Amino acid sequence: MIENRPWLTVFSHAVLILGIAVIAFPLYVTFVASTLTLEEIISVPMPLVPGTHLWENYSRVLTAGTEAGAGAPVARMMFNSLVMALCIAFGKIAISIIASFAIVYFRFPLRNFFFWMIFVTLMLPVEVRIIPTFKVVSDLRMIDSYVGLTLPLIASATATFLFRQFFLTVPDELAEAARIDGAGPLRFFMDVLLPLSKTSMAALFVIQFIYGWNQYLWPLLITTQESMYTAVIGIKRMITSGDALTEWHLVMATAMLAMLPPVAVVVLMQRWFVRGLVETEK
Amino acid sequence: MEKRVVFRSAWLPYALLAPQIAVTVVFFFWPAGQAIWYSFQLQDAFGLKTQFVGLDNFKALFADSHYLDSFRITAVFSFLVAFCGIAIALLLAAMADRVVRGALAYRTLLIWPYAVAPAIAGVLWAFLFAPSIGIVTYLLKRNGVDWNWVLQGDQAMLLVVIAATWKQVSYNFLFFLAGLQSIPRSLIEAAAIDGAGPGRRFWTIVFPLLSPTTFFLMVVNIVYAFFDTFGVIDATTQGGPAGATQILVYKAYYDGVKAADLGGSSAQSAILMLIVIALTVVQFRFVERKVQY
Repeated sequence: MIENRPWLTVFSHAVLILGIAVIAFPLYVTFVASTLTLEEIISVPMPLVPGTHLWENYSRVLTAGTEAGAGAPVARMMFNSLVMALCIAFGKIAISIIASFAIVYFRFPLRNFFFWMIFVTLMLPVEVRIIPTFKVVSDLRMIDSYVGLTLPLIASATATFLFRQFFLTVPDELAEAARIDGAGPLRFFMDVLLPLSKTSMAALFVIQFIYGWNQYLWPLLITTQESMYTAVIGIKRMITSGDALTEWHLVMATAMLAMLPPVAVVVLMQRWFVRGLVETEK
Repeated sequence: MEKRVVFRSAWLPYALLAPQIAVTVVFFFWPAGQAIWYSFQLQDAFGLKTQFVGLDNFKALFADSHYLDSFRITAVFSFLVAFCGIAIALLLAAMADRVVRGALAYRTLLIWPYAVAPAIAGVLWAFLFAPSIGIVTYLLKRNGVDWNWVLQGDQAMLLVVIAATWKQVSYNFLFFLAGLQSIPRSLIEAAAIDGAGPGRRFWTIVFPLLSPTTFFLMVVNIVYAFFDTFGVIDATTQGGPAGATQILVYKAYYDGVKAADLGGSSAQSAILMLIVIALTVVQFRFVERKVQY
């Protein structure tokens, strides 16, 4: 503390509390709405204290879905989202770590060419090549499959960069010692580099899990059957046109469920998350 | 920077790179190449014949007032999202950097919106502002504001800006907090001894030292507003009313998927690629050099 200004400290706390209140307000209203009946929600203004239908609404969406929009049970959608998030997170970590191992620890023709090839993918988000990518995936018969949902998204320049940066900081003496002891490159990778990379992997896992769970445009194009919807797509499909027709109490229960896993990952793995975020963007 | 100690193998590095390169070629380069190729072609209404038309698709786009409007809308939208997101995050980070008690609790309570999907963020705010049942709509109407974003373009824009900013504040906040914590305390102390008050210290020392972070966040936020907000728009206004929130990405999607105009949509994709490349180059050139006064 540089100087004692009690009023400024009070002001700081006040601003932070106000900020948190404004940021949390939509979440609170969503939670309240998910514990009410539809009649209570559409009687303007809706009550702002939680109702008594929490269990009823959540068990209904988890097992049966809604009537008007998507009819698939949300438990199934959550499972699809989980598969997608985990495959993307682990897939990205796996293929990026071996790619950056090759780039950092070997000299071979076309090394720079491959490095730039990976780098350029930073500039081609799915949104700018929607239709041709969709065509490739449908030609490969990957529509409505987990492979189609995950494989096109697991190439990642950011993960490759992070591991490359990290490997460059690993002391050369380790590789030298391993070579003198007669360990080959794969042995060195498995026994020395992998254990050292644990924190980087944890950090990347948090970022990529959220990235995978929150995908929107891609599953929207790739899934046509309700049983393949992810939770985020499911919510979108439950909203029918017109405020009154949508079963808002069920939509909001689904929204709470769909937000829970990624928010839990961020809050519980906060240390790695902050590290991973600040490092991947450098 | 290069490694001094390397391994030797004729085939191993290629085998290790193979999965990454295979995915990149099949799902990135091949489709991107096709997007550029389609952008020079014209398809008839039934998708039976295609014809090479050179730059006609691009000429048609720039003669189309809807496309030019979409450019203007995207510019307004990304400026508002980047500006509001950065300003709010900087205020909160500056306050969080000051407080000692409860710092971790504040951080935890401020970062969770990062984990919310853009589409869900859109749904939450659309529900609060829903024309007939929204709780905020109710308060606005009681105060004499005629609120209906389904019909009024400006209000629809306001809604998507709020939803997109809400989600991005936590990201900016974390970067500003990290930036603030890396500023040497001795600088601030020296200024305090010289009699500079908190406001003056912030604007003449802290803010200039944060400029690399601010600049970096500006680029990242613009990229976010250009591309990642697709979910916010699709879950709320779907580009409406009358195209008032139809940003470039949404228009490319709409023309390609809903209106089945392959050539026009591909030409829009090609233009978007140019924009991403420009933004990435700007980010790397300037951020590497560290913007400072």
